[in-house]
Amino acid sequence: MFASLHAPGNLGILIECARGFSPHIEELPPDAVVFDIRGLGSLFGPPESLAQEIARRVGVPANIAIAPNPDAAVHAARGFRGVTIVQPGREAATLAPLAVNLLTGSPEVAELLHLWGVRTFGDFAKLPPLGVAARLGDEGVELQRLACGLGYRGLREIVDPLEFEAELELEYPVELLEPLAFILARLLNDVCGRLAGRALATNEIRLRLDLEQGPAHETVLRLPVPMLDQRAFLRMLQLDLNGRPPAGPVVKVHVAANPVKPRRTQHGLFTPTSPEPEKLELTVARVRHLVGQNNVGTPEIRDTHRPDAFDMRAFAPSSSASGKPVAVLERPADAVPRLSLRRFRPPRPIQVLMVNQRPTRVITGAVSGTGVAGRILMAKGPWRTSGDWWRGSELSAMSWNRDEWDVAMESGGLYRFHLDVDSGRWFAEGTYD
Amino acid sequence: MGAALLESNTRGLAPPNAAGGELSGFPSPRPAAAALQIRAELEARFEAPLDFRKRPAAGLLTPGIEALDRLPAGGFPRGSLSEICGPDSSGRTALSISLLGEATRAGEFCAWIDAAGAFDPASAAEAGTVLERLLWVDCRGNAEHALKSLDLLLQAGGFGLLVLDLADTPEREARRIPLASWFRLRHAAERTGAALVVLEKTINARSCSAIQLEMRQKSPVWVGKLLRGLESKAESRKHYQVRTAEFWAER
Repeated sequence: MFASLHAPGNLGILIECARGFSPHIEELPPDAVVFDIRGLGSLFGPPESLAQEIARRVGVPANIAIAPNPDAAVHAARGFRGVTIVQPGREAATLAPLAVNLLTGSPEVAELLHLWGVRTFGDFAKLPPLGVAARLGDEGVELQRLACGLGYRGLREIVDPLEFEAELELEYPVELLEPLAFILARLLNDVCGRLAGRALATNEIRLRLDLEQGPAHETVLRLPVPMLDQRAFLRMLQLDLNGRPPAGPVVKVHVAANPVKPRRTQHGLFTPTSPEPEKLELTVARVRHLVGQNNVGTPEIRDTHRPDAFDMRAFAPSSSASGKPVAVLERPADAVPRLSLRRFRPPRPIQVLMVNQRPTRVITGAVSGTGVAGRILMAKGPWRTSGDWWRGSELSAMSWNRDEWDVAMESGGLYRFHLDVDSGRWFAEGTYD
Repeated sequence: MGAALLESNTRGLAPPNAAGGELSGFPSPRPAAAALQIRAELEARFEAPLDFRKRPAAGLLTPGIEALDRLPAGGFPRGSLSEICGPDSSGRTALSISLLGEATRAGEFCAWIDAAGAFDPASAAEAGTVLERLLWVDCRGNAEHALKSLDLLLQAGGFGLLVLDLADTPEREARRIPLASWFRLRHAAERTGAALVVLEKTINARSCSAIQLEMRQKSPVWVGKLLRGLESKAESRKHYQVRTAEFWAER
């Protein structure tokens, strides 16, 4: 079954009303829409009840027709006032009183029908089909089928562009972040509503703030998993803006979301728990705001021998992101506890007294903040390393060339010192613990 | 008998008669014995109705060091706060990283909240840590930020192990952390079931911690031009239980 709404001058309202009932909508400018209502009987009951509900929701005076096919519904809505229900099998009888000029044929056919004295759908339906075909051709046959209330075509549905963006131009520039949060909430609500309407989520939110002067302020929130939590997005954008506020008053706000399929996960009874990605992302954003943008994440060791070379990547628990259970790795049979280095970042400069080419005393420099400068009991080395010297002069600052020493201080601490061979300076790199 | 006692107990806590003897027709047990009997009856019917808090047996996270399994707890309990303390080069970090390696290999997601920014990813990877399952928070020397970050991550839940590294934080600063903060962290760990391990110079959480391990350096081992490893001694200090274990951390 199909329902049609007809209200001259209110096409937008009709489309919005139809969206509340069905995603399959055909727009018939300038004054009508028709949409699929199959399956709504279980929700609203018989067609009469559904028609009443449509009339209640549409909000403007409109003709409503329900018919077995889209064309019959549209003709009934355009031709009859109020609510019309066209029962299956009674299409021709119900539509018979309608004026024949409701059929959208060519002017020549309309003129011929007028000359023949055909005034209504009923008159047209009574004409012999073979005679109509001989005189009016295919168009006449098609129009006569419509006059009989027969139709078999599907809907030519409205296709929304897949754009999940919203923007607002402000009457007055906004300087404070608090009023900006209200605007962001409204725009995010709009974007998230559209995503939810299509059963989608997002993995990237882009915010652009056009400023009164200067270049626009842009922020991109990249999410490790698809999410659709408007409040979390707002909080993350607020944290980002607090940490990196726009350089001037904002005159226009633009929010865009990248649509992706939502995440589906299957949890197991015996798999270790993992942080909920949505909650975790907001928590990590808060921690990032606290300790700094690049100081939170998962370390990834670079493929180099350079000491302390790693990149900080975004923490994304793989099981939560992919929905696959976490692999449990076996412990190697010969695994033993490993001595760890606690690094000083950056390495602390020290002065070392050398006797017989071995370090014997740290003269100055507080190695661990408690002043362990003093006699070196044991020093083993040098362990000579160098690298990146082949990269050329422009990258000479990136190269390293050093002698490493493991030392035991009088205080009991075990340290790694290194001598930068190029500059001749000593550094304490860390403590073994 | 038990039902009768329950009934008499719920009827307005009527005291025994002045003679301290019997209610009419029934022999009255002594008050202490009666209380024990009521308690036994209630405990049989309901789970721990009279205990303020009966904690369920928690699982343990073990560092994979055989010697430490002989200590009273045999590991670091989930849902509890544990402390590992000791001076520099005493093996605290080796023990914690070993625990981290075991936990990440077992599929747990872990967090290392590093007050001083001293964590070395290469050492952790050598100890078998699955770095993809580790969230590292580098607080750049700010212990207050470390505590706040830990609180946020604990409240978020889902982590199996969280390590708060205050090993390079001066003792005076670490002592300023109020006991209420430790209680709050312990409570959050209990609620989320995470094992919370604090790495520090001296014991600070006091009664809030379930495990207190004090580490001491026994002797470094030198071979050729290198430091080959470190022999450490762990001493469990919690209430009356004091036991020691020695282990070897290889470089």
